[in-house]
Amino acid sequence: MATVRALVLRAPGTNCDVETAYALEQAGADVERRHVFALREQPEQLDRFQLLVIPGGFSYGDDIAAGKVFALELSRYLKDAVLRLHARGGLILGICNGFQVLVKAGLLPDPDTGAGRVTLSFNDSGRFEDRWVWLQVRAGNSPFLAGLDRLHLPVAHAEGRFTVRTAEDLTQILQDGSRGLLRYSAPPGVSADGVPYPWNPNGSEGDVAGLADRTGRILGLMPHPERHVLDHHHPRWTRSDPDRGPLGSGRRIFENAVRWLRAG
Amino acid sequence: MTTWVIEVSLQPRLHDAERARVRETAAELHLAMPEPVRFCRLYVIAGNLSERDARRAAEELLADPVADVYKLRPLDRHTEPDPTCAYVLYHPGVMDPVALTCLDALQEMGLAVEAVRTGRAYRFEQPVADRLRRTVAYRVLANDAIEQVHWGRLPAEVFQEAAPYEFRLVTVPLRDADEQQLLRVSRDGMLALDLDEMKAIQAYYRQLGREPTDIELETLAQTWSEHCSHKTLKGPVDYVEYGPDGRPHRTRRFDTLLGETVFRATQELRRRWGQQHDWCVKVFADNAGIVRFDGDWNLCFKVETHNHPSAIEPYGGASTGVGGVIRDILGCGLGAKPIANTDVFCVGDLTLAPERLPAGVLHPRRVLKGVVAGVRDYGNRMGIPTVNGAILSEPEYLGNPLVYCGCLGLIPAGKEHKAPQAGDLIVTVGGRTGRDGIHGATFSSVELHSESAEFSGGAVQIGNPITEKKMLDVLLAARDRGLFHAITDCGAGGFSSAVGEMAEGLGAEVWLERAPLKYAGLSYTEIWISESQERMVLAVPEESWPELERLCRAEGVEATVIGRFLASGKLVLKYGDQVVGELDLEFLHKGCPRKLRRAEFRLPAGAADRRLPPPGATSARSLSEVLLELLADWSICSKEWVIRQYDHEVQGGSVVKPLVGRVQDGPSDAAVLRPVPESPAGVALACGINPRYGRVDPYRMTLCAIDEAVRNCVAVGADPERIALLDNFCWGNTNRPEQLGSLVRAALACYDGALAYGTPFISGKDSLNNEFRGELDGQPVQLVIPPTILISAVGIVPDVARCVTMDLKEPGNLLVLIGRTRAELGQSALARLLGWDGGDVPTVDLTEGPAAARVVSRLIGSGAVRACHDISEGGILVALAEMALAGRLGVTVRLPGDEELVRELEADNATAEQLRLGWLCSETPSRYLLEVPERSLATVEEAAAAGGISYRLLGQVTDRPRVVVEDAAGKIVLDVGIERIKAAWQAPLDW
Repeated sequence: MATVRALVLRAPGTNCDVETAYALEQAGADVERRHVFALREQPEQLDRFQLLVIPGGFSYGDDIAAGKVFALELSRYLKDAVLRLHARGGLILGICNGFQVLVKAGLLPDPDTGAGRVTLSFNDSGRFEDRWVWLQVRAGNSPFLAGLDRLHLPVAHAEGRFTVRTAEDLTQILQDGSRGLLRYSAPPGVSADGVPYPWNPNGSEGDVAGLADRTGRILGLMPHPERHVLDHHHPRWTRSDPDRGPLGSGRRIFENAVRWLRAG
Repeated sequence: MTTWVIEVSLQPRLHDAERARVRETAAELHLAMPEPVRFCRLYVIAGNLSERDARRAAEELLADPVADVYKLRPLDRHTEPDPTCAYVLYHPGVMDPVALTCLDALQEMGLAVEAVRTGRAYRFEQPVADRLRRTVAYRVLANDAIEQVHWGRLPAEVFQEAAPYEFRLVTVPLRDADEQQLLRVSRDGMLALDLDEMKAIQAYYRQLGREPTDIELETLAQTWSEHCSHKTLKGPVDYVEYGPDGRPHRTRRFDTLLGETVFRATQELRRRWGQQHDWCVKVFADNAGIVRFDGDWNLCFKVETHNHPSAIEPYGGASTGVGGVIRDILGCGLGAKPIANTDVFCVGDLTLAPERLPAGVLHPRRVLKGVVAGVRDYGNRMGIPTVNGAILSEPEYLGNPLVYCGCLGLIPAGKEHKAPQAGDLIVTVGGRTGRDGIHGATFSSVELHSESAEFSGGAVQIGNPITEKKMLDVLLAARDRGLFHAITDCGAGGFSSAVGEMAEGLGAEVWLERAPLKYAGLSYTEIWISESQERMVLAVPEESWPELERLCRAEGVEATVIGRFLASGKLVLKYGDQVVGELDLEFLHKGCPRKLRRAEFRLPAGAADRRLPPPGATSARSLSEVLLELLADWSICSKEWVIRQYDHEVQGGSVVKPLVGRVQDGPSDAAVLRPVPESPAGVALACGINPRYGRVDPYRMTLCAIDEAVRNCVAVGADPERIALLDNFCWGNTNRPEQLGSLVRAALACYDGALAYGTPFISGKDSLNNEFRGELDGQPVQLVIPPTILISAVGIVPDVARCVTMDLKEPGNLLVLIGRTRAELGQSALARLLGWDGGDVPTVDLTEGPAAARVVSRLIGSGAVRACHDISEGGILVALAEMALAGRLGVTVRLPGDEELVRELEADNATAEQLRLGWLCSETPSRYLLEVPERSLATVEEAAAAGGISYRLLGQVTDRPRVVVEDAAGKIVLDVGIERIKAAWQAPLDW
C-alpha cells in the first residue's frame, strides 16, 4: 500500500498539532509534525509530502487578528512550496486557526484570486465558545468530503464568523455546486426557519462553517474533526438517542484524504 | 523618526462586542454616560516610516480587508483635542504582548519600525462630562492598576526611553538598629518581616561583622515570606478547643501543624498500603504532587491561589494565576505536560447595588467577568482544556475574592527525580525580566486595603501565554533528550526563590547582569526579585548547553546562562565584577525563627430543637417555587456561560465533558479525560467546596468537601481506592488565635477524612490574610472571608468505556437513592433561601461515606448504572431536577411515609410539610441518585446490603418531561415542567 506522507505544520501558539497528527495516523498516514521556523529555512522539504495540515491553536497568540501573522509568514516564505504541492495534486487542510491562516493568506476561497474576498471575523456573541454543532455537507468535488452528508463536530473559537466582502461573493460560493461546502445546520429532526444561534455559533454569513477551493483539494473549516475521532469524544456517547448520529464521525475527513491520496 | 497612529475598527455592519460591553457596564453602574459610537484598536508605530509604509502596515497587517476600516494619522502634539474620545494605554512597563508580535511582524515585512504600542480608543456621541470622566475611565473602560486613560488626545510622548541603570551598591545599616528602626526597615522596604525575624537577621550580620546589602535583605524577605515558606502552617501551634459551654475541653501542641495532620495522613496511608501497593510517587516534595497513572505514566496535580492580584486586576490576576500553576506542572519533576486546568472563584454578592461598593473595590460582577476572561485567554491559548471548577458568591468575598487555579500534568514514569549538580549552569528560559511583579510574594502575605491598587502597582501583571506555550514546547523536548538535571518555575520571589531553592544543599553563583531584560534601568535587586511571568530556571550540564541553546533558538525561545551551581554552601550574587550579595544557604533556608502561634476554637452549640425550618417557613411559596428558587442559587445555577468560554476539549482526550446530556446543558459531577490514547484508563477531576458550612464549623466543612470531591469522582466512574486529594486553605488573618483555631479544625478534618476514605493528600497550598479594610459612606469596613477550604480530587478511571453521566437515559428505568438522609439543613441552600439561621451543618459519617462510595463504584463497574448524580447543595430535590433537565426526561418520585420521615429525620413534632421539605432539601453528604434498569434492582440491593449502606427505591423515569413528587399516599405535592426548571436554573448567569 502506498505511503501517504502528511505534514502537520505548527507555529508558536499552535496547540492542536498532537491530536491532529493522531487522527491522521489513525487514518493511516505517515505523519510528521514540524515547526514553521524549520520549514521556512528549507521550503523544498514540503515537496516530500502529499498532505499539508495546518492545525488549530492560537498562532502568535491571535495577536492583531487570528491567523494573520502566520498567514503573512506563509505568504512570504512558503507560498511557492504550498502552491507546488497544490499543483501536483496534493491536499491542504486547515482546521480552525489553520482555516483562518488559509483564508488570510489568500489560499481560500481560491489561491488564484487572492486574499480580501472573505474573512473570519469576531463571533457575534463577542466571546470564545466551545460547543458542538451540526454541519450539512455539500461534498462537491472535494476529496475530503466525498460521501459525507452530515457531521457532528465541536467548534472552539472566538473569531469564526465567516464574512464576505460582497453579497455576490457569498452567492457564488453557495451556488457553485461543485465547491465543497460545510454549513451550520439545525439538529437532525428539528425543523426551523434559518439556523439561529447557537446552531450557527458565531453568526457566519450563509451559515458557512468551512469551504474548499475550486479544485476541492484545499479545505478549511472552523469545527474540529480531530476532536471527534474516538467514540467517547461524542458528547452523547453514554446515551442511545436515535438522533445522536454516528460516533467518531470526524475521522471520515482524514480517512477520505488518505484514501484519495493512496488511490493516486 | 515619525510616529504614526492607526485606528482600526470593525465595519459598521458587524457586531462590535466591545462597544456592547461598554454600554452594558455603564448600565450596570447606573451611569448616565453618552452613547459609545465606536471602538477602535489602536496601534502607535514609531520608526523611519513614510506614509506609504504606514499604510502598508495598516493594510497588510493591522486591518482586515473585509471586516475592518482604519484611519491613519501622524502623532502630532498640535492636534486639536477631540473631547468625545478616550484613549487607553498600558502604563509604561506593563506587558503588551500584541505590541511585541506587531513589532516582529512589521520588521519581518521589511519596515523600519523601532517601537510599537497598542491601546484602545473609544468615541462617544457627545463629550463625556468632566465629573463623569474618572468613573467612565476606570470603572467602564480601563483598570487604573495597569492602564491609563487619556481624554481628547494621546500624550505627545507615547514612547518613553527608559533611563539606563547606573550601578550603586546599597547597604542597609542594621547592626546598631533598635527595635523601632528594625521594624521601620521592614515596613519601608515592604519586606513583611516581623520583629523576631528582623532580629535574627541583625544577629546574623553582627556575627559576620558587616551590614547587609539591599539584595540580601530582599532575598531573606522573599524566602521567609508566608507566601514562599508557609511558616504558619508548617510551624508550631498551641491549640485550645472550647466546648459550647465555654470551657476548654481539648488542648494540643503541634510541632508543625500540617506535618502532623495533612502530611501525616498520607504517610500513614502509604505505610498501610506497603511498598508494593503504594501508588503515591512523590508527595509534598515538589511543585506538585505526583501519583501513578499506569506503569508508564504518572500524574502531577497542583492547585494555587491568586487572590490579591485578582482583587486589583481580575483579568491579569487570574491569567497569571493560570500561567503560574501551569509552570508548577512544567517544573514538576523534570517537567510534566499540562493536560487539564481547573478553576474555582469565590466572589462577593453579584447583585450588590453599585452604591454599596466600598472605595477601591471592584464590583463582584466585574471581578467575575475579569477572572473568567483571564482564565479563558490564558488556558485556551496554552492549549490546555479547562474542565472543572466552581463559582461561589458570598458577601464576605467582596473586598477579597478568591481565585483558585489548578493544573494536571502527565509525566513519563522515572522523570520525577531532579537534582542540580555542582558545575551545572543556571539557565533562564522564556520571558524577559522587567520591573513587573516586584514584591508579589510579600504583597500576597499582607491584608488588602483600599489603596492596595496603588501600593501594589508592580505586583499586578499581565501574562503572555504564547511565550509560555513556546517555552512549554521546547522544555518537554529538552526533557526527553535529557538536557537538564533540574527545573523549577519562577513564581513568587522570581529568581531569588527559584535559584535559592534549587541551590539548597549545594551553592550557587549568579551573574545578574546577564539576565535578559525587557527594558533598561533595572537595578541588580530588581532583576533578582522581579516576578515577571513565563520564566523557568534550569540546571544544565555544561556539555548539554549548546544543544539546549540550539533547540530553544529553533523555536524562538530565549535561553540565557545566568550563573552556575557550586558545592559552596553559599549563594553569591554578582553584578559585573561586583559581589552584591553573599548568603549562607543554611541561614537562608533554616534561619527563620520558628514562632509558636496560639489557636483557639469555640465549638458551636448543636441546633437541638431547631433542626427543621419552622412550620410555615415556606407558606409564601409552593414546593415548586422553592425548587425554582433553589435552582437560581449561585452555587447551584448553571455555569454554562463560563464553561463554554473555556476550551474543554483541546488535546483530544475528552471522555466526560463538564456539560452533559441530551443537549449538553446538564452539570456533570466531574470531568473525565483519557490522557494516553493507547490506554483505556482515564482520569477524573472534581472538587468539593462549601464555605457556608465553614461559618459554623470548619471541621465539618472540610469533611463535607472531601466527601463531595470523592462523590463527584465516583459518580462518573473513578475507583474510590485511587483518588488523591489537594488541600487549599484560604483563611483570614491567622495571627488572630480564633482564625488559626478554625484552620486547625480544618486540618484535623483533613487528617481524619484522608484516613477514612483512603485518599492521600499529595500537595496543597495556603493563602492567609484574606481580609479587606476599607470605607463605605465614611464608615470603616472590615471584611474577613469565611474559612474556605477547596478540596480538589484526581481519580483513576480503570476503563473509560464504563463511565456514566448524570443525565437520565431511558423512560421506565428506576431511580434509587443511596445513603441515609438526616435533618441537616444548617447553612443549606434552603436555609439561605428562607433566611433561616437554624439547623445543623452536615456531618460526614466516616464509616458510611467511604462505604457508600465503594457501593456506587461497584455498581457502576458492573454496568448496572445508566446515570449517577451526587446529592449536594439543594439536596435530593435539586439533584432530581438536574438529572431530568439534562436528560430531557421526566421523573416521578414517591416520598416516604410521615412516620418513616419522622424516624429518619429524628423530628418528632414536625408537621408533614416540615418533614417533606426537610427530607427533600437536606444536604446530608455521602448520598447518590442512581438510574438503573428494573432488572438491575436486585444487584443494587445486594451491593447495598454487602456494603452496609441503606438505599431506597425513589421513583421512575418517565417520558413526560416533568419532575413530579408524590406523598406516600400518591398525592402530588410538586409538579414542574423541564422548561421552567431550565429557565430558572440558567437565568442567573445568562450573561
